[in-house]
Amino acid sequence: MRFAFTEQQLEFRDAVRQVLDKECTPADLRAAYDDPTPRTARWSTLAELGVVGLTVPEQHGGLGLCILDLVPLLEEAGRAGLPEPLLETTALAAPLLAASGSGRTAAWLERIAAGDATVAVAPVEPARGAVVAAAVGADLLIVHGVSAGRRPELHAVPADQATVTPVESLDPTRRLGTVRWDPSPATLIASGEEAHLAMADLADRAAVATAAELVGLADRMITLAAAYARERQQFGRAIGSFQAVKHLLAGAQVQLEFARPVVYAAAWSLDGEEPDRSRSASLAKAYASDAATEAARVALQVHGAIGYTWECDLHLFLKRAWALSEAWGSSADHRDRILTALLDQR
Amino acid sequence: MPIPVNVTENEPMDLRFTDAQEEFRSRARAWLEAHTPAPGTLPSLDTAAGFEAHRAWEQTLFADRWSVVSWPEEFGGQGVGIIEWLVFEEEYWRARAPLRVSQNGIFLLAPTLFEFGTPAQQARFLPPMAAAEEIWCQGWSEPDAGSDLAGIRSRAVRAPGDDGWLLSGQKTWASRGAFAEWCFGLFRTDPEAERHRGLTYFLIEMRTPGVTVRPIPQIDGETGFAELFFEDVFVPDAQVLGEVGKGWNVAMATAGSERGLSLRSPARYTEAADRLVSLYAEGLVVDPARTARSAEAVTRAWMDAEAYRLATFWTASRVVAGGTVGAEASANKIHWSETDLAIHRAALELLGPAAEQTAGNGWLDGYLFALAGPIYAGTNEIQRNVVAERVLGLPRG
Repeated sequence: MRFAFTEQQLEFRDAVRQVLDKECTPADLRAAYDDPTPRTARWSTLAELGVVGLTVPEQHGGLGLCILDLVPLLEEAGRAGLPEPLLETTALAAPLLAASGSGRTAAWLERIAAGDATVAVAPVEPARGAVVAAAVGADLLIVHGVSAGRRPELHAVPADQATVTPVESLDPTRRLGTVRWDPSPATLIASGEEAHLAMADLADRAAVATAAELVGLADRMITLAAAYARERQQFGRAIGSFQAVKHLLAGAQVQLEFARPVVYAAAWSLDGEEPDRSRSASLAKAYASDAATEAARVALQVHGAIGYTWECDLHLFLKRAWALSEAWGSSADHRDRILTALLDQR
Repeated sequence: MPIPVNVTENEPMDLRFTDAQEEFRSRARAWLEAHTPAPGTLPSLDTAAGFEAHRAWEQTLFADRWSVVSWPEEFGGQGVGIIEWLVFEEEYWRARAPLRVSQNGIFLLAPTLFEFGTPAQQARFLPPMAAAEEIWCQGWSEPDAGSDLAGIRSRAVRAPGDDGWLLSGQKTWASRGAFAEWCFGLFRTDPEAERHRGLTYFLIEMRTPGVTVRPIPQIDGETGFAELFFEDVFVPDAQVLGEVGKGWNVAMATAGSERGLSLRSPARYTEAADRLVSLYAEGLVVDPARTARSAEAVTRAWMDAEAYRLATFWTASRVVAGGTVGAEASANKIHWSETDLAIHRAALELLGPAAEQTAGNGWLDGYLFALAGPIYAGTNEIQRNVVAERVLGLPRG
């Protein structure tokens, strides 16, 4: 039993934090609202650091590492409000492409690792007509369908063979869109049982990766609100000295502190293909969604009216937190999965 | 200059127990299965008869070195690490073994004695504590000093022979105070000093002349705690723990144990949460529609217990690597106390109208116990202040 990250994992996290502190400021996020092109200079920097290709196998130019290695970096992405699709490309798509036995994915993996491609991945539910995050501007879209024989299929569709219709989000950097494409043998990367298992893995991995970003977002929102509470004066003293304000923030902080180990344990459990990994993944997403929505509620309340403005940076993080809390299964969805698993194992 | 790297700190994360830890678990399980009395057969430990029955159980544990597994062998333990202690706790709660009547001593005072006690004090007090020959209570709160612990007024002055102290004043809410042999308490030794300063931590034998004990029945009618009156009670210098005037620092170490790792191991909650899921499953058979309405409460309670288990191993791994537990002990205390309530609230909801019936209703006993959680060891409101001030850096005030 050793429940801790290695020195190397923490050093990598610190390096990414330093880069994002400089290259992913609130001003940069505002710029991304106006021009949500996914392949930015920042994306290239992350690719050079190895972050983007972290889960890409080494023979395709990546680092060949695991979700547990990626989770601390996703936490940093959440903290910074990173507007590029690291979650979709590196946590979701690259492992799917690497696992495909189709032999058609190697070139895409190399492009991902080089920072030359971003990828969107359609949610597991609903199978058809889904709104897909990171779809607008993506170079590759991983979508699923059903064969004529009603077998599940996964397709990797290059952007020039698909029609992406943008769907407006409260957070423009979500790059939502619906995807239309014509399934063909040339785009098929998995079918039947292989596709079914790949989608089950995808659901678990998405839950954990999204949870990691939510933990980072919760941390950022609490940090912003605590800083504001130390400075803002009312009744001749800092509002953070009032117990009502302290207790709001402390409650959110406690929720956050207990969400972290849950997310790390779930990542470990996915990498080791532990028997209860789906339940662990659901625990992570449910806990992180609740922690982030509570942090968002509290941070807005502590800021008061200024927090409700476009001018204040808080909303950049609130919106991402609200979106990710519901993406890849809400807290309620995952609680349902947990209870079903608990009853099944009895 | 290369940074020295501790090899153990670079082993990858692994949430499985080692073979040696699993072997330790098997030994603990086998022993507990052979020795644990059937659940509910011991009278309440808050009665005179129950106190002695629980002492006898502690002595059974001690005889085979299971009462304090993590202590060094010379003091009656097995010298195992903190992870193994958590494994033992999992087995202890899985076996539904009796509540620990020695808990104030072994879980709170002992870590403080290991940190601040002299070798002579450790040799004098730890073995009889492990053997439950001496059971301890805690003399901290006073009628006018509860959450505001630094406001205590009970005093100690130098004894005429200059070989010890004379203690006077009143302590209250001393759990197990009605029956315990020893008490660890905080007294003001410097009346000029302000609040946290000028306090000293004493180890007091309860049968010393001048100590009067007034039992206080708790919410369930049993004598769970007591009021303690001190009138010129002589305590020799050898029974001062830590430095004179530095009692607050010593007390905060005890409080860290109380809020943090050692008092409430996660097994207590994960075991109850598993029984809660069973209760839910049984309810689904009898009355599915009504039972299903408690789905969220049951799931959340189980999740909170599981999150506490993971957080504990997270913290324990840091401690094993040489780290310490600071203000996060306050976050911990908030979480476990609320988890305990959530588990028992959900169970009572499932029981419905039968919830109020006392016969054989362990969920009701557990609920009453859980209700005290947000109050003792520093109320959760005080803990939230600590988190806000020491973790988030908000101003005191």
